Amino acid sequence: MNPSPTPASSGPNPPPLEVHDLTVAYHKKPVIYGIDLAVPEGSLVGIIGPNGAGKSTFIKAVMGLLPHTSGRVRIFGKPYAENCHRVGYVPQRESVDWDFPVSVMDVVLMGRYGRLRLGQRPTRADHEAARECLEKVQMLAFANRQIGNLSGGQQQRVFLARALAQESDLYLMDEPFVGVDAATEAAIITLLRELKEKGKTLLVVHHDLSTAPRYFDRLLLLNMRLVAFGPTAEVFTSDQLQKTYGGRLTILSDVAQSIGTAP
Amino acid sequence: MRKRLLFPALLLLVLGLEPAAAARIGTLSETGTLERVARFFALEDASLRYALVGSALLGICCGLMGAFLVVRKLALMGDALSHAVLPGVALGFLWNMTRDPVAIFIGATIAGLLGAGCVQLIRNTTRHKEDAALGFVLASFFGVGICLFTMIQNLPGGNKSGLDKFMFGQAAALGRADVLLLGAVAVLAVGAVFLFYKEYRLTSFDPGFARSLGLRVAFFHYSLMLLLAFAIVSALQAVGVVLVSAMLVIPAAAAYLLTDRFGTMLLLSAVFGLCSGVLGVFCSFIGRNLPTGPFMVLSAAAVFATALAFGPRHGILSRWWRQRSQRARVSRENTLKALYHVLEDEGFRTEQVTLRQLAERRRETLEEAQARVAAIQRHGLATRNVDAVAMTPQGWQRACEIVRNHRLWELYLTHAAQMAVDRVHDDAEVIEHVLGEETVRQLEKRLNYARKDPHGKLIPGVEDIRQGAARPARRATGFGKEAAQ
Repeated sequence: MNPSPTPASSGPNPPPLEVHDLTVAYHKKPVIYGIDLAVPEGSLVGIIGPNGAGKSTFIKAVMGLLPHTSGRVRIFGKPYAENCHRVGYVPQRESVDWDFPVSVMDVVLMGRYGRLRLGQRPTRADHEAARECLEKVQMLAFANRQIGNLSGGQQQRVFLARALAQESDLYLMDEPFVGVDAATEAAIITLLRELKEKGKTLLVVHHDLSTAPRYFDRLLLLNMRLVAFGPTAEVFTSDQLQKTYGGRLTILSDVAQSIGTAP
Repeated sequence: MRKRLLFPALLLLVLGLEPAAAARIGTLSETGTLERVARFFALEDASLRYALVGSALLGICCGLMGAFLVVRKLALMGDALSHAVLPGVALGFLWNMTRDPVAIFIGATIAGLLGAGCVQLIRNTTRHKEDAALGFVLASFFGVGICLFTMIQNLPGGNKSGLDKFMFGQAAALGRADVLLLGAVAVLAVGAVFLFYKEYRLTSFDPGFARSLGLRVAFFHYSLMLLLAFAIVSALQAVGVVLVSAMLVIPAAAAYLLTDRFGTMLLLSAVFGLCSGVLGVFCSFIGRNLPTGPFMVLSAAAVFATALAFGPRHGILSRWWRQRSQRARVSRENTLKALYHVLEDEGFRTEQVTLRQLAERRRETLEEAQARVAAIQRHGLATRNVDAVAMTPQGWQRACEIVRNHRLWELYLTHAAQMAVDRVHDDAEVIEHVLGEETVRQLEKRLNYARKDPHGKLIPGVEDIRQGAARPARRATGFGKEAAQ
């Protein structure tokens, strides 16, 4: 039952995301340990695990937002910095100040910045693309609104539209279902499935175990280390969930604690 | 674009007009206030021109940088940085014992960046958060600065004149070199913000996302901090160490109240900074060389107070006005509802209501009823002939909507929320005025398009409302007849 990563295939079609022995620490205290995995193209992966399991840390580390203690990340066979234009990102909703003086349209246009040169203004085509993305999440009517005047579900859809505007091949989403109403949740999952049908690869941090098997075709069970990764039917078993949620690896977290407090 | 061209033009104007033997501000003998106002607008004194252009430039710089501080919630950072530069000013003076703007600029910038570095260091290596670190750095650097200043005052020799002005600011002490320096900083700040507007805005709003795009967030952060340090240091002479942070925060805070767009906020903030700077010089000039710093800050505070009072969305007055007009609307809608109720009691056999009936229904005096009718008349919701009041199609439509909202809500509360029938009226009195059409559609669906409210009265449906609005004459035959049965 050990996490057995598929061997690193660096042939003509490298996987969208390949992680080798990734370890990340906050203030010297390890948060995730030795993650190995290769995500096949066109999969919709749910990242699940208890609070503090390092789910957000994992996707942030993939993008290099957090420094790696050790390990290697390859996006379509190249380091992140060389292929960042192929990655779309939906941060946690609470990570920004929603009173910031920008409109919905401004935020969605930010998704196009990766394709623009430094100092270059968004073109007419970018505006057109942003408008289409807003249409897809049914937020076009709100384009000129300041982002604070939106409900939680609407704000989440704005972030989603911004990621869509990136027109990426790999999407990393941090808790896109938190604080949204049922209608928005259904709309989001439909959209994610459409992206998957188009051959995009998606990794979604998710906290709701009851919906996880319905939403995702692969699951990544995470609790400081990789518990399991594979097709939902194989991985979503009581045995694996017990390993992920129940019985903490006391020694592992204790040692991490003492490393963190060591001088 | 236009702003970028403005600076060189202004600078040329000042430098070209420099007469050799112009009087220093305040060197003339006592004159009346009016005379001084006239002299101010005549712009004959070279030092006044320097003071004005310098203050305008520093206002623009501080306004721009302040806008970033405010949206990044770093207002205290400006305060700490401005106090941290003081030892640098003293050391810059000690360099060659004169008030050389470039030496002081370099010294102050280094001290400011050192202070910012200390804040970062304390935050990263200790348990303290940013606020404690800022408090510590602000006070200790300022303390060192005061010590050095006292030492300098006690030193023999050297041209110490003007050094004391760094505390509270004196725009009149600005010279040609100071204005050139201010101009350079302004061009740099405006140019950087204009060129990298998109990047600065994104890294301020969502640094995580910016990094995921491969942007060098740290570079943009530190370049902004450097520009901030430049703005503070160049503004010191005119505003003073103590108050320069106010010039950063107040214009930006006022602009933040007035707009929901970052670009507009930058522009407004720069304009407010400029106006505050110029007004400060004006007040200082009229008041015979009082320190400029406090007057600039007070001018900025006046701008802020005006924005707070008159801002279109967040302003106190406009909020009061909105509340007032909302109350007036609720009152009109209550009048329409009362008219509807009277008509309903009559079985919709007539379309007219007398003032007396209205007054009785509302339990008010005839005069009050008259005022009510006058209000809805003004809005084209009813017409009145001597004693008889009749609703216009729009009035009828709105009345139906209000009654429908009220009864739907009562029904919803008794059905869905299991509340007692006698408890729901008061709640519905409030809700009826705020229910949107979309919510009404949902309510109707949820209640299976029920026709009667909990008290057994008919709920006007879409058809009744539309029919009434289009053909008021047939009201009694359609919905009214049913009600009369």
